[in-house]
Amino acid sequence: MDYFLELLIGGLTRGSIYALIALGYTMVYGIIELINFAHGEIYMIGAFTALIIASVLTMAGMSGLSVLILASVVAVIYASAYGFTVEKIAYKPLRQAQRLSPLISAIGMSIFLQNYVLIAQTSDFLPFPSLLPELPFMDAYAQFMGSSELIIVATTAVMTIILTLFIKFTKMGKAMRATAQDRNMAMLLGVNVNRVISNTFIIGSALAAVGGILIASHIGRINFYIGFIAGIKAFTAAVLGGIGSIPGAVLGGLILGWTESFATGYVSSDYEDVFAFALLVLILIFRPAGLLGKSTVQKV
Amino acid sequence: MKHITALKNSLLISFWFMFLTFPIMVIRVNTIENVVEWRWMNMLYVGFGSFVLSFVWRYLISRKEAGVKQAAAADTPSKRLTERLLTDSAFYRPVQIMAAVFFLAFPLIFSTYQINIMTTALMYVMLGLGLNIVVGLAGLLDLGYVAFYAVGAYSYALLNHHFGLGFWAILPVGAILGALFGILLGFPVLRLRGDYLAIVTLGFGEIIRLILENWNEFSFGPSGIANIDRPGFFNIDLSLEQVTVYLYYLVIGLCLFTMVVVNRLKDSRIGRAWVALREDEIACQAMGIDKTKTKLTAFALGATWAGMAGVVFAAKTTFVNPASFTFMESAMFLSIVVLGGMGSITGVIIGAMILILTPEYLRAFSSYRMLLFGAVMVLMMVFRPQGIIAGVRRMYHFPVKQSEKGIGGS
Repeated sequence: MDYFLELLIGGLTRGSIYALIALGYTMVYGIIELINFAHGEIYMIGAFTALIIASVLTMAGMSGLSVLILASVVAVIYASAYGFTVEKIAYKPLRQAQRLSPLISAIGMSIFLQNYVLIAQTSDFLPFPSLLPELPFMDAYAQFMGSSELIIVATTAVMTIILTLFIKFTKMGKAMRATAQDRNMAMLLGVNVNRVISNTFIIGSALAAVGGILIASHIGRINFYIGFIAGIKAFTAAVLGGIGSIPGAVLGGLILGWTESFATGYVSSDYEDVFAFALLVLILIFRPAGLLGKSTVQKV
Repeated sequence: MKHITALKNSLLISFWFMFLTFPIMVIRVNTIENVVEWRWMNMLYVGFGSFVLSFVWRYLISRKEAGVKQAAAADTPSKRLTERLLTDSAFYRPVQIMAAVFFLAFPLIFSTYQINIMTTALMYVMLGLGLNIVVGLAGLLDLGYVAFYAVGAYSYALLNHHFGLGFWAILPVGAILGALFGILLGFPVLRLRGDYLAIVTLGFGEIIRLILENWNEFSFGPSGIANIDRPGFFNIDLSLEQVTVYLYYLVIGLCLFTMVVVNRLKDSRIGRAWVALREDEIACQAMGIDKTKTKLTAFALGATWAGMAGVVFAAKTTFVNPASFTFMESAMFLSIVVLGGMGSITGVIIGAMILILTPEYLRAFSSYRMLLFGAVMVLMMVFRPQGIIAGVRRMYHFPVKQSEKGIGGS
């Protein structure tokens, strides 16, 4: 039973991170129908920026919570800036192009960003400082759930709620929903579609950066390649839940997290990634619209 | 005034990029010795580079927009130079003959090292042409093409290791196994559209690699299989140099075979069905084309060449391990097709030559290779989505009679 609980919590933590990244995928796909392959790289750049800033601050003599907050804020700003720039360079000129073009451009961007970090920084794994604070009241539950796990799950929950409220009640959120529904119509009604798309990328990137910081300080090491696998898995989560749907992304992230956690715990740990990919293939075959997605009829 | 705004914009862009690349380009932290390295020069380079590039970017965008307008204004698009080179036999025959002479004489002129590099490049031509069927002709974005390459390589490695079978016996087996895996992947993804297809094929490629890495009893795990036999030549023992030359001609032969087959397929009934599928799936079905069959043949035939190239790869390097079959290889195949021109045979050949030979001969930037691949993919899509050499569609011209001109004269 203890083992089961451990796996359950492990899956929950993992799934929360997937959900955070998946939200970015789902929002971008909802609005411009593009799989933003570079999204995983944004997450990686977020983690790298946090690592660099945190190290510099620590060496300058700061410590504790102030390092965490400063590093996170800078990382989120930078990740958003990268997301914004990537959209302007690689996707915006291709709005009217064939479907395949932006996709290839996205893959190119992802390869470019990976190698940019590889060349400018290093190909080795870097140790990531454990920025997340230890919560004393968690000691009693330490065998199931550490403080960093609790923080990850709580942050994801808070972020999702804020995002949902943002999309439901603010003017920008309304504009986003309108653009997702029908871009041309939204444009006719005076929505600045370019700004909406930029904002979507900025918000998605910020969420990815938060995910990057959380998982990096939980696992404790990063390299330039972490974005690739995390990106694909988060995409799986987004598809699993129904791409374009925000609760779907969270649900998908959690299901994927649990699947991986239980499969590696009870079956074999060598095939961790195989389970995720197999799950992706199975969903796409049997329920391409995802669990919470609406299947749409293609109109001519 | 126009120039001043352009200058201002470029300055802003260069400041933006200096800001953007600041933590990653300038700061490097050594966490072991607790030292921070500040590389301020990099910031200068980024600033200057993005300043210059923003002008180039703006110029290219304006040219592209002008091109679109021009094409819209002109009723019949005038034949471009590249197009003329490809369609007019007076132009392309001499080039073809020169290329043929060059490739046939290559081993006589250059060293073994050069021949080895050229053989690799030609292998990539084969792979590019195979992927071209799937991506260029049928418009199915396959990001797991490396899986079929791995299937070919491992089928030779394993059958040779366990049963001592030779190269020529395995070549067709590798091709058939590749095709079978192509169909195996093709079936589940039949219903998927472009972007979902891309991600599933990517997942498939990773699954194959992970299985090869972890299933030690079957594939000998990450350490791979060594001492694979080189291809035999009528039971004659060849020296290492002779084998290199022999492999070179063998790959040339396979390349020619591929080119002939792909060229014939392109204009065949099935090839036209692929192009129709690429252009519009619904219209294609409405015309009575069997979507399932068309997609499956595209996957199977594409995978066949990858399987064959895999067998050649195993025979050439005499060693295979899963590390040779990562996603980066798939990305490389894709950039060959994209750079060269989707759907164009000449384009793919030129693309493979550029992407494989340039890094070999310009060692100085070999570490920037993948960075440039990524950049090339983005820039090609933005500025020249049809590639260096666009695929030319065969057109049938009917002489319009004078009396009919008024009715159907578009």
